[in-house]
Amino acid sequence: MTEIQDIQIQVAQTPEPQTAEPQSLEPQTLEARALHVRAGTFTAVQDVNATFPAGVFTAVIGPNGAGKSTLLRALLGLSTPERGEVRLLGRRLADWPRAARAQTLAYLAQGEGLPDTAQVRDVVALGRGAGAWRWGLIPTRPWTDADEFAVTDALTRTDTLRFEHRRVSELSGGERQRVSLARALASQPRFLLLDEPTNHLDLAYALDVIRYVRCEVAGGLGVVAVLHDLNLAARADALLLLHEGRVLAAGSPAEVLTPALLHTAYGIQAQVIRHEGRLVVLPQG
Amino acid sequence: MVGGERENREVLLLTTVHDSSSTLPPRRLLPRTLALLAVLLASIVLAVGLGSVFIPPGEVLGALWRGLLSLGSRAELSGNDIIVWQIRLPRVVMGLIVGACLSVCGAAFQGVFRNPLADPYLLGVASGGALGATVGIVAGWPRSSIPLSALAFALAAVGTTLALSREGRRFPPTRLILAGVVVGSVLSAFTTFLILRGEDRARQVLAYTLGDLGFSGWRDVVTVLPYAVIGCGVLMALARALDTLQLGDLTARSLGVPVERLRLLVVLAASAATAAAVAYVGIIGFVGLVVPHLVRLVWGAGHRVLLPVSAVAGAALLVLADLLSRTTILSQVGVVTTLLGGPFFLWLLARGRSD
Repeated sequence: MTEIQDIQIQVAQTPEPQTAEPQSLEPQTLEARALHVRAGTFTAVQDVNATFPAGVFTAVIGPNGAGKSTLLRALLGLSTPERGEVRLLGRRLADWPRAARAQTLAYLAQGEGLPDTAQVRDVVALGRGAGAWRWGLIPTRPWTDADEFAVTDALTRTDTLRFEHRRVSELSGGERQRVSLARALASQPRFLLLDEPTNHLDLAYALDVIRYVRCEVAGGLGVVAVLHDLNLAARADALLLLHEGRVLAAGSPAEVLTPALLHTAYGIQAQVIRHEGRLVVLPQG
Repeated sequence: MVGGERENREVLLLTTVHDSSSTLPPRRLLPRTLALLAVLLASIVLAVGLGSVFIPPGEVLGALWRGLLSLGSRAELSGNDIIVWQIRLPRVVMGLIVGACLSVCGAAFQGVFRNPLADPYLLGVASGGALGATVGIVAGWPRSSIPLSALAFALAAVGTTLALSREGRRFPPTRLILAGVVVGSVLSAFTTFLILRGEDRARQVLAYTLGDLGFSGWRDVVTVLPYAVIGCGVLMALARALDTLQLGDLTARSLGVPVERLRLLVVLAASAATAAAVAYVGIIGFVGLVVPHLVRLVWGAGHRVLLPVSAVAGAALLVLADLLSRTTILSQVGVVTTLLGGPFFLWLLARGRSD
């Protein structure tokens, strides 16, 4: 139906990685190549090509049923593509051992459930992952200082350390979401995939989440976030607009948030204005 | 009132950075755990001491000690030691095993399906085990083969439930629970039919379906112990994976936990432990449902603590419930636990609604 396909996300400048690690030759990207994914009886993601570099905050947008969550799950290796492939750091995702994949890719699900009677620190510690466990089920190596440090670090960076001993049931929605973010960061991943992280949050908390994610991106983390709110998505470095399972547009917010594309994708008449250096989408009527 | 509480908490948070009003650091858990172990010991001594012949606690402890010393030497027991070791203790030990198994299975089922109302009776596990045991009793099979028959029927029941609820390679919790209820009901109907048919053994079988520890002897204890130890042991080894599963299926998978394999293992291990629990004593309701919730309120939700503590608490509760059944007109332990557990269950439902 549309001729705009097979567009790769072009990001003008990739920030210098600020980690002390030597630059390796492998591409620092998470990549979808000609990806087709089935969800039940229909193909929810069709022929999607996209590159998500490290150190870049990419927002995936599109109307309900456009295949955003399905794409995210395929990028995580949680669903098997019908055709095409996902490449993580240049290597086919299917070839990654479970342990290494779990450490490299972190996921924050939509409305992640947290056990009410658990303590914040214990929840975040779960993020250290089961990858290296025997059969993925039984921990075989002892808990180390490095684990403890990673947990404390994740708590600090999300500003949740000060209530690390409180129970989840006592937290507000915004605090819970930051705990979930800390849980996802605890594995010290290279890429973080978020499915509607600001859903059901008041605007102040939603901006909080984006702000914390932004800090991690500045530190070299690659972020792919499914976002519903276009004005929040406008704060991302790059946008991927999905429509009926296909890539309708990809590029910088200015390239993607245009009245014509928004009309095609969402069926709305919208104005896009620039206010204090930021794009704002104003739906008409 | 709720809003006020929340405000108070916020004020607390502002004034003291480390709000410790509800924190549970390990040091504060130790006294509670010691207290629970004391309750367990007290309930054992009480249950062994009370009966048609009263034996004072000091004498009970002495008899237990002398019995343990003479285990290797085959020395003859005498006087009250015979009552303690040959009549009262096997029943108490069976109660400990059954209470521990039901509680650990309940906690594991609640964790693996993330459903607070799950218990060993879910999935038709217990109903299958009870039918297997009833078949064994009515057919007059040797007593030592009854747990095996219970386990076989429990596994067949779980297999049926899993087959009915399967969607591709997955087992959605809602379908699983619905299928389990149906399978359990059908199997219970078969059990009832067998009881009505087997008139000569009807008294024994009827007592069985209401839950009764009265027929337990040392030989039964030794027969069920391996099932209980292996079943509960496997579940406790999976504690960390169960913790991770609380974050949701997708998140657990993204962290490297093979969720479907975990579900299958938990169901198998819990079936073994449940078969052990129901094989000789029958259906004892609500223990597996109630105990994990009480433990969670005090010890938190982490399965590494929840499972072992539930085992101890469930063991103590069942021994006390059995004592109540022996010394009052309630007469059967299953009746006692159901009368105690029913109201708790309703409270749980009401509490869930208000949240």
